[in-house]
Amino acid sequence: MSQHTDSIEEEIHEVHVHRDDFGSKMGLWLFLLTEILLFGGLFILYAGYRYLYPEGFAAAATELDLVMGAVNTVILLTSSLTVVLGIVALQKNDKKRCLFFLWITVIFGLLFLVNKYFEWGAKFHHGIYPKGPALQEMSEGEVMYFGLYYVMTGLHGLHIVIGLAFIGIVMHMIKKDKITGTNFQKLENAGLYWHIVDIIWIFLFPLLYLIH
Amino acid sequence: MENNKHTELEQNDGHDGHEDDGFIAVAHHPSYGVNILVWIGLLSLTAITVAVAGINLGSLALTVALVIALVKSMFVVNFFMHLKFDNKIIKIFLGICMVIFVVVLILTFFYLTFRFDEK
Repeated sequence: MSQHTDSIEEEIHEVHVHRDDFGSKMGLWLFLLTEILLFGGLFILYAGYRYLYPEGFAAAATELDLVMGAVNTVILLTSSLTVVLGIVALQKNDKKRCLFFLWITVIFGLLFLVNKYFEWGAKFHHGIYPKGPALQEMSEGEVMYFGLYYVMTGLHGLHIVIGLAFIGIVMHMIKKDKITGTNFQKLENAGLYWHIVDIIWIFLFPLLYLIH
Repeated sequence: MENNKHTELEQNDGHDGHEDDGFIAVAHHPSYGVNILVWIGLLSLTAITVAVAGINLGSLALTVALVIALVKSMFVVNFFMHLKFDNKIIKIFLGICMVIFVVVLILTFFYLTFRFDEK
């Protein structure tokens, strides 16, 4: 087709590379399905307790800062875009631009965590933490809500940290030319992981912040 | 649809005697534009979610919020995660996973409604 495709074919024929991109992608997808079911279990737990304590959940959700949640949603959606743009840049053999986009992703991921730190910090300050003075005054439903809030956003935050590490390793490999425009599956896998973390937040945001 | 194909798989048929080789992904027509459009769509849907939350929709509010979240995740899965252009088997895997989730969710609610509403 183009010169680009020809050079790829040459590479395949001249240097024998022992790799299976599709197997690699499928393996990561299977892992992502276990992640979906892991968070799915928590979502079902949330649904059950929200069904049992509708008033408690609505009352507790008013403690959350809607603006902070919305800002974090925008941050994550944008970081997802920059990962995809990074993949496109690498496929166009623009290594510099690819690393630039991935740097933006990392910065946005860190910003998300900083926001989370302030959010959790504000709640701790108000005495909402396990055995905290404010939490002990609350109704059963509110206690369940905050239990789920901490577990779900905490586990999600942990996934952000892991995703950032994944992207960091991939960036290092791009710098060392171990990931290139013709061998980009590892970058795509890091992207897939980052997107699933984004999708989980897409559901966490309305379920935790927007209860009336 | 050829223009929308992001990657294609080429059989690495092992010219030097390796028979067990897999598929190599080759990018075709990578483009920034589509992804930026999807991102704008996602931001708009987020704005709608927040705006709708301000209106008192009663019992509909949760449904509306979940439908919007579902639409958003479909965008991310199909475009950002390239599932739209991917091999069918991955779509089947994801479908089975979602069926399992929904079945467990429904069974949980059978338990909750029958057990707790008897009181």
